Amino acid sequence: MSDVTQLIHEYLRHNKKFPHVFCAGCGHGIVLGSLIRSVHALGLPKDDVVVVAGIGCSGRLAVYVDFNTVHTTHGRALTFATGIKMANPRLKVICVMGDGDAMSIGGNHLIHAARRNIGVTALVLNNHIYGMTGGQCSSATPQGDISMTTPYGALEDSFDFVEMAKAAGANYVARGTSFHALMLDKLITSAIMHPGFSMVEVFSPCPTQYGRKNKFRSAVDMYKWLKKNTVKIETLKEGEKPEDGRIPIGVFRDRQTPGLEERYADMQRKLMGTAR
Amino acid sequence: MALQLKRRKRRELFALGNEAVAEGALLAGCTFYAGYPITPSTEIMEVMAARLPRMEDGVFIQMEDEIASMGAAIGASLAGRKAMTATSGPGFSLMQEHIGYACMVEAPLVIVNVMRGGPSTGLPTCPAQGDVQMARWGTHGDHPIIVLSASNVQECLEMTVTAFNYAEKYRTPVILLIDEVTAHTREKIIVPHAEELEIISRVEPTVPPEWFKPYADTVRGVPAMPAIGSGYRMHVTGLTHDVMGYPTQRPDEVKDMMLRLFRKIDQFYGDIQLTDSFALEDAEVAVIAYGSVARSAHLAVEQARERGAKAGLLTLKTLFPFPRPAVETLARRCSILVVPEMNMGQMSREVKRVNNGHARVRTINRVDGQIITPSEILKMLL
Repeated sequence: MSDVTQLIHEYLRHNKKFPHVFCAGCGHGIVLGSLIRSVHALGLPKDDVVVVAGIGCSGRLAVYVDFNTVHTTHGRALTFATGIKMANPRLKVICVMGDGDAMSIGGNHLIHAARRNIGVTALVLNNHIYGMTGGQCSSATPQGDISMTTPYGALEDSFDFVEMAKAAGANYVARGTSFHALMLDKLITSAIMHPGFSMVEVFSPCPTQYGRKNKFRSAVDMYKWLKKNTVKIETLKEGEKPEDGRIPIGVFRDRQTPGLEERYADMQRKLMGTAR
Repeated sequence: MALQLKRRKRRELFALGNEAVAEGALLAGCTFYAGYPITPSTEIMEVMAARLPRMEDGVFIQMEDEIASMGAAIGASLAGRKAMTATSGPGFSLMQEHIGYACMVEAPLVIVNVMRGGPSTGLPTCPAQGDVQMARWGTHGDHPIIVLSASNVQECLEMTVTAFNYAEKYRTPVILLIDEVTAHTREKIIVPHAEELEIISRVEPTVPPEWFKPYADTVRGVPAMPAIGSGYRMHVTGLTHDVMGYPTQRPDEVKDMMLRLFRKIDQFYGDIQLTDSFALEDAEVAVIAYGSVARSAHLAVEQARERGAKAGLLTLKTLFPFPRPAVETLARRCSILVVPEMNMGQMSREVKRVNNGHARVRTINRVDGQIITPSEILKMLL
């Protein structure tokens, strides 16, 4: 059995859940593969891994994997994840959200999860569109782009998730893409192992709802675009923004502040000590 | 579930209704509280913030809003905790989507709503009972739910314990509705010992994980519930799901799931529908009340009796499922039913529906942020 087949047998649910809902060319499957490889590489027991997902295409990711999986409400996945992590800090909680989930309807929760530095890993699958509902503009749709609700081009500027997470105080902030799969493995692996709140934004193409409306002739074109228009942050100078508009990818923030659940446990130990 | 209170060596407290709710929650085994401050419920949160971190398993977290509070509480419930949140009107509005989620995934959970004047910001420091039908129907979609109320501080404690017991027994969110007057009345209560109370916890699966069907039907209609991380890796979803917990649109599977959700509550109406009777044996006029209004009604009934009127009082401790048998019996026996409440007639609708034309139903309604006084009720009884 090849390595891939072995991983599929080990980590995907066998009963009833296939075929999956993702379109041909969708980047989400690549991210799921990367997530599975990361968990496998870390040797985490499946019972200790919780995948909490929101609503949308990315939300459907959870049902396919053989972990503890919770498919929550739109935008609020991080609130459930916070409850689970505080209730049982031993668990590795990974929160899968889309761009609409994480920074449109659920922006408040992302900001506060980062601020309170809860030990949860947020995977934000940014396809720049609401895919599940048929291709409407999200807070990540680039200005000027066409969607079902911006037929004349989006007027609003889009969010930079990485800057937002950094500003809000996340411990670990990274950006990867579905094209750079091996790099994504590394980003997700270190995000999971990081104390406190970690966020990995993944540019994950949506050929069906976004590509078709925005002059990408095929899914392959979108992956080529990702290859051409991204630049590894290591190659840039501190604070430098590429003049050609290329998007930096890599690790943007890496610090080891203890997570909220660790601080809480510390407080509890002190209180219990004084109580005796 | 009458709590048998023995007088011996129990803790006595001079407590607010809100503080009694927190005491009750801790007695019932609550180890997780997530909330957001809002008048007039905040004291519940403050007590939990002080007490939970001092307990070995206690977790308290202040979230960014009420939506997040409910999310965190459901997450904790799924991870095996007895969880609670408390709020008031505007916050309760924000919680509605997640109340439906908790119904759907059958997460045991207690939500306390201290009712204040509304709509909108309304009268933050004044009592009201305007959220009664919202507690029943606030979240979208057809769903069963349990709504309880309390009319004095001792009852705040007892009904919170009951709320946790129902939540765990029936795997459902339970809403405890109290009003601002009950929440902010300070009076003596007796805190029972935990051993004296019947404390119910959810049934956990005992079969090997590979045999486990997360939402399989049982006689009681309540499936066993594993905690996340206990080895039963299951899928939890707000989508309509099959017995394995996976999304489904097959009409037969959808129907089975929906009917079981209803059946698990409605076949136990006898256990859930709690009422208190006072002087009803020979009553010709009966008051049907709940919350702080029931206290005014109690005095009014006493005074009416002194003046020779055959009055009685039915206090509703369970608001939903509506205690139909108790009200129906009264409707057949009494000539007049009086329903006083601090809204424009949310519970009297239920009474009229069940009354079905037998007795005359009279309502007393106040929406000016003031309590209903005994004399207002007395006038209707003479």
